[in-house]
Amino acid sequence: MTQKLCVHCCTRIENLNVSFGAVPILTNINLHVDCGELVAIVGPNGAGKTTLLRAMLGEITYSGSINYQVKGLPDKKPRIGYVPQKLNYDLDSPISVLDFIATAISNDPVWLGVKPTLKEKIKSSLSAVSAEHLLNKRIGELSGGELQRMLLAMAMTPEPDLLLLDEPMSGVDAKGLSLFYEIAGSLRKVKDVTILLITHDLIGVAPHADRMVLLNNSIIASGRPEEMLSDERLIKALGPSLWNISKLPELMKEKGRS
Amino acid sequence: MIEILYQVMEFVLPFSWIKYDFMKNALLAVILITPIFALVGTMVISKHMAFFSDVLGHSALTGIAIGVILGLSDPTVSMVALGILLAVTVVLFKGTTQSSSDTVLGVFFAMVVALGIVILSRGGGFVKYTSYLIGDILAVSPKQILVLAIITAGVLLYWVIFGNRLTLVSVNSSLAGSRGINVLLIEISFAVLVAIVVTLSIRLVGILIINSLLILPAAASRNISRNMHSYTIWAIVVSVLSGITGLIVSYYWGTASGATIVLFAAFFYCVTALFRMHPKRS
Repeated sequence: MTQKLCVHCCTRIENLNVSFGAVPILTNINLHVDCGELVAIVGPNGAGKTTLLRAMLGEITYSGSINYQVKGLPDKKPRIGYVPQKLNYDLDSPISVLDFIATAISNDPVWLGVKPTLKEKIKSSLSAVSAEHLLNKRIGELSGGELQRMLLAMAMTPEPDLLLLDEPMSGVDAKGLSLFYEIAGSLRKVKDVTILLITHDLIGVAPHADRMVLLNNSIIASGRPEEMLSDERLIKALGPSLWNISKLPELMKEKGRS
Repeated sequence: MIEILYQVMEFVLPFSWIKYDFMKNALLAVILITPIFALVGTMVISKHMAFFSDVLGHSALTGIAIGVILGLSDPTVSMVALGILLAVTVVLFKGTTQSSSDTVLGVFFAMVVALGIVILSRGGGFVKYTSYLIGDILAVSPKQILVLAIITAGVLLYWVIFGNRLTLVSVNSSLAGSRGINVLLIEISFAVLVAIVVTLSIRLVGILIINSLLILPAAASRNISRNMHSYTIWAIVVSVLSGITGLIVSYYWGTASGATIVLFAAFFYCVTALFRMHPKRS
């Protein structure tokens, strides 16, 4: 799959291969993402979507190259805001939302208490995702959507160059979703933040994404969302969705059902 | 230096037991080590490392055995060294195997206990080493107190510098990594810290109950805390309080101090567990 080469490329992944033992997870991934672009990565379970993000985070070994260019400077490490798919903590964890964000953005020991100035800063980060009321809640008390909003607030403080979101909307309701896209939209337009997001919500993301990439161990197809949604390869990999339901008769015919 | 401290203690504490130097030493040791147990314990629980620290405690058996083979007069050095080696090995091993960490630790646990007992029981001489099983805080020397003071200062410093990073790693290592934290360095340094604190305290508290001292104060605090600040502070309060009460009570009861301290910590745990069950807590 060849893609247009961009001049002000922010993220350039070339010839990326990842395997766990003898099992290849990602093969020959070439992906160029422009500054301020929002790229949705879609694909079936086990396609290697999360693995791609983990390689970008430098967490796993890979062959090939991942290069970043930040604000015109090549080979500079970007500030990455990352929202993981899930966290792993006990529901009785004595960690408040305030504590959690503070541990990530400050070096002042949280166990000695959080300073009022830092508290105000965190409050304003939370209010950007309409979540300031969560400040003193324990992280174990948050609902799925609240947790993701907290993680998003954290990922955006301080302002990142690159946002990596692993199914960030899986627990968010429709209102929260549109709020999220509003925030993401302004971030990338005003600040040139690049966003890579893994999602199963093809239709929700379509109006907001610049590009949709179908990943299934390698990049199967890539293009504008409106093209991709009716792309045969996408329908084959993920099944028909509401958007391309008009293709259903054709598909059934193919399977000899009519 | 220690003489001045003794005089101050006798002046401040008008009790009959304070006239014995061994009680003064024991009290100093308790005051130094219990806050450290509390601090380390809070993170041992958050990082699900309770079994890990127990394995480290039991590795002392093999540590002592190695000391005996090497002909060391004081096996503390070999205990600490083996503890550190084991801690680093487990962290690295966990990263390369697909087995659950429980299984990996279970294997190490069996090995270090069996190896230690086999070597120490040669010629039926294991009885000599039973004091390590229950420990003796009353035998603590001024030199050991100095070592404890250095460890206490070291752990406090570590906590000030790395406390935030540890917390973040305990919740999600990928997230921590994305914020520029060297996760492996944090994992290894914390494991080594636990190894040093645990193995150095074996003489005082004993192999059998050392882990309870690490777990109980933090577990009690968890029952009543809603944020990191109160979690840490309450763990320290419970730890120091059970340490001092346990030591004094053991003097009057004529019982092993370590175990008596653990009993008090367990009592505090039960009280806070009742508080937790109270419906008002939300």
